[in-house]
Amino acid sequence: MRTKNVMIVGVGGQGSLLASKLLGRLLLDEGYDVKVSEVHGMSQRGGSVVTYVRYGDKVASPIIDRGEADYIVSFELLEAARWLPYLREDGQIVTNIQQIDPMPVITGAAVYPDDLTEKMRATGAKVDAMDCLALAEEAGSPRAVNLVLMGKLSHYFDIPQEAWEKAIKAVVPEKFLALNMKAFELGKNA
Amino acid sequence: MKQLLLGNKAVARGLYEAGCCFVSSYPGTPSTEITEEAAKYEDIYCEWAPNEKVAMESAFGASLAGRRSFCGMKHVGMNVSADPLYTMSYTGVNAGLVIGVADDAGMHSSQNEQDSRHHAIASKVPMLEPSDSEEAIEFTKLAYELSEKFDTPVILKMCTRVSHSQSVAEIGERVLPELKPYEKNIPKYVMMPGMAKRRHPIVEERTRAIAEWAETAPVNRVEMGGTDLGIITSSTSYQYVKEVFGDSVSVLKLGMANPLPEKLIRSFAGSVRSLAVVEELDPIIENFCRQLGLKLTGKDKLPMTDEFSQGIVSSAFGGKVAEGRSLEDTIPPRPPVMCAGCPHRGMFYALKKNKCTIMGDIGCYTLGALAPLGEIDMTLCMGASIGAVHGFKKIAGDSDPNNTVAVIGDSTFMHSGMTGLANIAYNQSNSTVVILDNSTTGMTGHQPNPTTGFNIKGDPVGKINLEALCRAMGINRVRVVDPYDLEECDKVIKEELAANEASVIIARRPCALLKNVKHKASLRVDPDKCKKCTVCMQIGCPAISMREDGAHVDETQCVGCGVCQQLCKFDAFESTAKEGAQA
Repeated sequence: MRTKNVMIVGVGGQGSLLASKLLGRLLLDEGYDVKVSEVHGMSQRGGSVVTYVRYGDKVASPIIDRGEADYIVSFELLEAARWLPYLREDGQIVTNIQQIDPMPVITGAAVYPDDLTEKMRATGAKVDAMDCLALAEEAGSPRAVNLVLMGKLSHYFDIPQEAWEKAIKAVVPEKFLALNMKAFELGKNA
Repeated sequence: MKQLLLGNKAVARGLYEAGCCFVSSYPGTPSTEITEEAAKYEDIYCEWAPNEKVAMESAFGASLAGRRSFCGMKHVGMNVSADPLYTMSYTGVNAGLVIGVADDAGMHSSQNEQDSRHHAIASKVPMLEPSDSEEAIEFTKLAYELSEKFDTPVILKMCTRVSHSQSVAEIGERVLPELKPYEKNIPKYVMMPGMAKRRHPIVEERTRAIAEWAETAPVNRVEMGGTDLGIITSSTSYQYVKEVFGDSVSVLKLGMANPLPEKLIRSFAGSVRSLAVVEELDPIIENFCRQLGLKLTGKDKLPMTDEFSQGIVSSAFGGKVAEGRSLEDTIPPRPPVMCAGCPHRGMFYALKKNKCTIMGDIGCYTLGALAPLGEIDMTLCMGASIGAVHGFKKIAGDSDPNNTVAVIGDSTFMHSGMTGLANIAYNQSNSTVVILDNSTTGMTGHQPNPTTGFNIKGDPVGKINLEALCRAMGINRVRVVDPYDLEECDKVIKEELAANEASVIIARRPCALLKNVKHKASLRVDPDKCKKCTVCMQIGCPAISMREDGAHVDETQCVGCGVCQQLCKFDAFESTAKEGAQA
């Protein structure tokens, strides 16, 4: 098979590392060769962060280039728009509609563009947008946005529910398991 | 057993399996997790040293005492430890000694983009360069074998995309070599002119021997495919070459960056119709090939700057690269920012109010240079703020409006700020040094340091008292302030700038992200009181934004530090804590 590409994007501190850990574990269990590339350090301090997950028979490069992403999973709306050029022609965006103003917007040096979901759709991109923060809060914690997004993403993967559950159990601490499973379910059914 | 392992975690696994017993490092992205992961193995003694030079010298001592040792650092850390490195090349080792260095092409979290391979060549120390996690384990173990076989330290060169990528790797068992008891050997270990003069030819002979070994060692391998084009490559560049070309070209994959195998390269060049070198940053393999008289494509097509990708490699060879979709709107950048509740913010605001010229340093507080604070005039390297403020004050003299200060963190001060302060005390400049003591090494992810009172395992250990240290070095004026208290910061800055001698201001408040820090209830804005004067927007807090009905606080981010509250003339910020409840 062709190597498949998933980008997980967001704002530093939103919890994208757990999402990539979960996907990596799941895809490895499914028998794929997997590479996951993260960025640590300075950009984690509220900056734009991106994690690449690639899987297939044999994966070479650890990163994803423009026009290559089969899926872009975004924790924040502006970040989905920032990485749009990385989406494949037939790629799918799964995004949280939460908006977090970057510092240039806070200081008034720049403007947060309006109607980003519609504008992305107008380019022909397939966009699945939802209020993940509300669902995460419903599950019990605003920190569970990552599992809501993973639940939604699971729609597009031909991988049985049990395998997802097994991977979630492997990466989430025991005491937060019920909360995270609920967030996953809410995302899946949204 | 196969696992998905982060490159740095794989190096730690390699250290464990190779029987390494001693690790001393200084944190630095992207190298930090090697040591953090190694510290999880009970069988390896691990520590954070105050800087890379001390770490490397400690690892050398451990090697002399007979156990395999390691020290890890980022690329610029190797500059700090270059002094012991270049002479350890002459002494060689007792038990194996491996130095891990991680380059940061693309400068994800660094101040420059230097290529560590130059250090290996200049110090005449062999260097191995893994391209994924599996090789990271394998090459770490090989590095110890080479270190002991050829009596030399060995450098293991990582880079961001190998250090911070997870790939599948096979893990094995730990094998602990016998202790190699220390034996006194003055001609080998005491490097003074007479002895060093006899060691240098040994180093040159060793390099020849390792180059000969490298000609046939599996660490350098040929993957024959199509013969129209042959590509010599290494590290993460190898992965991009395989991604783009698969088996349609032939590849010479070099796992050893120094010394390079002349005969193998010549023979590979002879087996293909045209030759190219694909390497990130500087043209080191390329220049070696050119010295051999080989014709090739290299930096004439590929950039010297930034990290590579499959797209960059493909387009250099005429491949088509997807443009991807884009919106007409300008997408505002999202630079990293000081966190909500960051203790650095209050002190930067007070320095800005006093129109200070700031000699900056390396850490989270470097973010003070970005809008809206815009409050740093210079950042160079670890410790440079203190050297620079001294020189600046000496030359500026009376023409200086007396508002130039150095700003440095607690960990960076221990790393290389103390010697600068010694110079200020000794050579008597009227400098003011602000130590932002947030009780941790913040940017690299919260490592303890000699001022925190805890070691890498979290056990209580010796704690250096910064005030006592500065006074002992000859600084009479040492003040401690709470950076959340703007009025106090302003007052102390004014007094110390006016004083006619050197001074140190310690702004002490732990990093807001530390797990044991208790936060107050978040604040909110009373829209009836807010006059939209935007004064609160001048501190660059990511939790505050201005909306049509006035300022707004993101309660999920706000930790109630109260800095904005002190700025607001209209008393619009109020606590969300319930009346009578403990804040």
